[in-house]
Amino acid sequence: MQHIVIIGNGISGITTARHIRKKSDHRITVISAETDHFYSRTALMYIYMGHMKFEHTKPYEDWFWSNNRIELKRGYVEKVDTNNKSLTFADGTNMQYDKLVLATGSKSNKFGWPGQDLKAVQGLYNYQDLQNMEEYTKDISRAVVVGGGLIGIEMAEMLLSRNIPVTFLVREGSFWNNVLPDEESEMVNRHIREHHVDLRLGTELKEILADEEGRARAVITGEGEEIPCQFVGLTAGVSPNIGFLEGSGIEINRGIMVDPYLETNIKDVYAAGDCAEFREPNGERRPIEQVWYTGRMMGEALAETICNKQTKYNPGHWFNSAKFFDIEYQTYGWVWAKAKEKENDFYWEHEGGKICLRLRWDKDSGRLLGVNNFGFRLRHHAFDKWFKEGRTVQFVLEHLKDANFDPEFYKAYEQQIVDKFNAENGTSISPKKKSWKRILELVSN
Amino acid sequence: MSSVDPSLSIANPQPKNTDSIQKLGLALAGLGILVLFLSWGNAKIPASIGLPVALLGILIGTTIYSVRLYLNQPEGIKNNGVWFNSLTNRGVLGWVAGIVLTGFYVLLYWFPEYIGFKASGNEGFVALFDPLSMFFKGKPASQWFLYGTLYTLCITALGIKFLLKYRHNRYQFIRTLVVIASQLFLAYLIPEILAGLNYNDATNASGEYLGYFNTDLKNTWPLDYDFFYDWQLEAFQQEAYQPVGILYLIIGIAMFLVVTPVITYYVGKRWYCSWICGCGGLAETAGDPFRHLSSKKLSAWKLERWLIHGVMVFVFIMTAATIYGYFWNTGEVFGLNIYKNFQQPYGFLIGATFSGVIGVGFYPMLGNRVWCRFGCPMAGYMGIIQRFKSRFRITTNGGQCISCGNCSTYCEQGIDVRAYAQKGQNIVRASCVGCGICSAVCPRGVLKLENGPEAGRTDLPPIIIGNESIKVAE
Repeated sequence: MQHIVIIGNGISGITTARHIRKKSDHRITVISAETDHFYSRTALMYIYMGHMKFEHTKPYEDWFWSNNRIELKRGYVEKVDTNNKSLTFADGTNMQYDKLVLATGSKSNKFGWPGQDLKAVQGLYNYQDLQNMEEYTKDISRAVVVGGGLIGIEMAEMLLSRNIPVTFLVREGSFWNNVLPDEESEMVNRHIREHHVDLRLGTELKEILADEEGRARAVITGEGEEIPCQFVGLTAGVSPNIGFLEGSGIEINRGIMVDPYLETNIKDVYAAGDCAEFREPNGERRPIEQVWYTGRMMGEALAETICNKQTKYNPGHWFNSAKFFDIEYQTYGWVWAKAKEKENDFYWEHEGGKICLRLRWDKDSGRLLGVNNFGFRLRHHAFDKWFKEGRTVQFVLEHLKDANFDPEFYKAYEQQIVDKFNAENGTSISPKKKSWKRILELVSN
Repeated sequence: MSSVDPSLSIANPQPKNTDSIQKLGLALAGLGILVLFLSWGNAKIPASIGLPVALLGILIGTTIYSVRLYLNQPEGIKNNGVWFNSLTNRGVLGWVAGIVLTGFYVLLYWFPEYIGFKASGNEGFVALFDPLSMFFKGKPASQWFLYGTLYTLCITALGIKFLLKYRHNRYQFIRTLVVIASQLFLAYLIPEILAGLNYNDATNASGEYLGYFNTDLKNTWPLDYDFFYDWQLEAFQQEAYQPVGILYLIIGIAMFLVVTPVITYYVGKRWYCSWICGCGGLAETAGDPFRHLSSKKLSAWKLERWLIHGVMVFVFIMTAATIYGYFWNTGEVFGLNIYKNFQQPYGFLIGATFSGVIGVGFYPMLGNRVWCRFGCPMAGYMGIIQRFKSRFRITTNGGQCISCGNCSTYCEQGIDVRAYAQKGQNIVRASCVGCGICSAVCPRGVLKLENGPEAGRTDLPPIIIGNESIKVAE
């Protein structure tokens, strides 16, 4: 029996711990400076909005951990001594480990803006950020959110739920346009404005101004406009939270360098989740993946490596999801902001402007490469299997009804979609009726 | 988290701008409620004026308010501030509402004279409903007529509010239209009209009372626990009520013997619990603001399984004794008095206290489905079918769950939906009433209520899809 110590109780660390427990009898300790128990980071916004309380964001009841002999330690690790396999906490105490998993997540980016460290200026990543946001958004008359990505739009939605007017500065010409193609991005722009957010596209942050008490009182944009506000959200991405590892001998670049087995350069030290950086990226994936799902999958693979046999982190076909105010978004496979040279592109948008579908496929083989769907739901199993089987765009459109995951009685758009596709591509595809037989085959991976 | 300003609003604790039309709606509804309380206090309001003011005021007032509230915002989930609101967060207003509701039920069941129901002639609250009762069936109101009318009003007015709140969701929209129609027609208008036509609850020319039987088609045994009581079996067979009486008797028996198991097999118990049932109808409309208050603890689930099946066994035994007594024409079974040892305890403990006083009175404390989850024998019966022999399931969408907890939080039945979703497992649970709110509040499109082949319905996938690292041994 070894002592496995995991730093970080987010999705990566906890998934690692749970799967090690399933597979072995090792002693497991999970360390966190953030919270006593694992909670879903993705749900922070709902606490602020009053949809849930903190306790609801905890996926397991508090007795779960002792029942499963997963020891929880609240503390901040200041130093890792890999020679003696020892951790030193901020309070001076030590802990020995046999194997160490670093799953410390991220911290919000700050790009050296003047005033970025003032009071009421913050990102939104952890529970402390939420507490600060709660404190600094009381009785304010305007907030400015900087950064046109997923956290930025969440922060805008959060603030609006408290009736705080929001100015949203997006450096790009359109929301999240480095990831979303133009039409989808434009759809989200419209929806942001529908919610009465003062959306400023193509606008950078230049400086944050302070009042006498050292609290933000206004921002100045790239064009020199001064926007009075009492809170500034900085949501220009996140980067690995690894400051405490300096001098530990663990190789660091932007993140903790790992091989495909999530091993660092030092034996018995591993990293998983947001903080890990792959020496050799997986296919089209970025070397640092800061997504809930990838954190979970790394944890699953790492537990296997620690308990049974060396197992490569081998994520399957890319998938992701988000929700932009009221519009849900899912994606399967790769849909780049601009289609690559060898890719064909198809886009359909519902007349209401809140539902759309994009397909990308290989020009030569016709194989489907990716799908974006907004405002309606698609079955993960369907696309995962279709990608594995190398299905063509024609096949996918023919079987699109099998993939529909909207609630019962919802209007279906497969026929509209296929009609538009046929008209543009000179094909004569007709969508087949939904078949439970085929759906069950999709699910039985 | 510290809270923000408490608010009186049920729907949205911080309506951006309560405009003048909204205020007018609130004032109208408030006036209606005021008239109800005034009449309860025996104020001299002529019922012919007071009743329409009260009923229409509440109906039209809430509708105006909801229209202005929801149609002024983009369509979508409207749960902002639910946990900050005193009414919906077990705050002061929640307690006040709980105590008023509980008190009302206690008076209704055991002390109807305090709401004005008197043998010597109605007064106050009940008397307010006399004109409507006279209109339907030519006799003064009972406390049950008052209750039925207010119940139907609540489901209609707050059902309209729900329709507007979930107008983006066709499942919710259609389901709620059916909820309102079921209550309005099956539970209220048809029974009252039948009574008016002297097919039920009638008195003959010589002044002899001919008896009463349940004419709410969907109020099925064992929920309608007195279906086999001798007075009801006599009334079904009352000559003056034919052919309606026998028809209702046959349909009533067919409902639990044939209709219920067959439909539950095909679509799950939702067809009843969240589509046509009266208790469910109130829970889904008036109770909607309290759905998140149900306990999701494992311990609550354990209690639930003992309680609901305990009540179910109780009603089976009680009914068996009742039927034995009827056919063998005896008041005793195994030396036990059937009324004293079976019917009376069930009626008092379960029929009144559990389903009424606790079931509705405790909405603001324990959530809107306390009765349906812990007590209802009909739900228990269908739950067993749903769990073991049904095509219904909530399908989980592969690996898309982010464990946020919205589904579990807003499950009125206290099912920890997330526990299944984050494992990629379908949700097949006896207690699920199929309201569809988990699917509605999911921000990642993970949950889908559907009916499909039974094979593999409850399987736990060995690994969530999307990850090719782990190979499952064949």
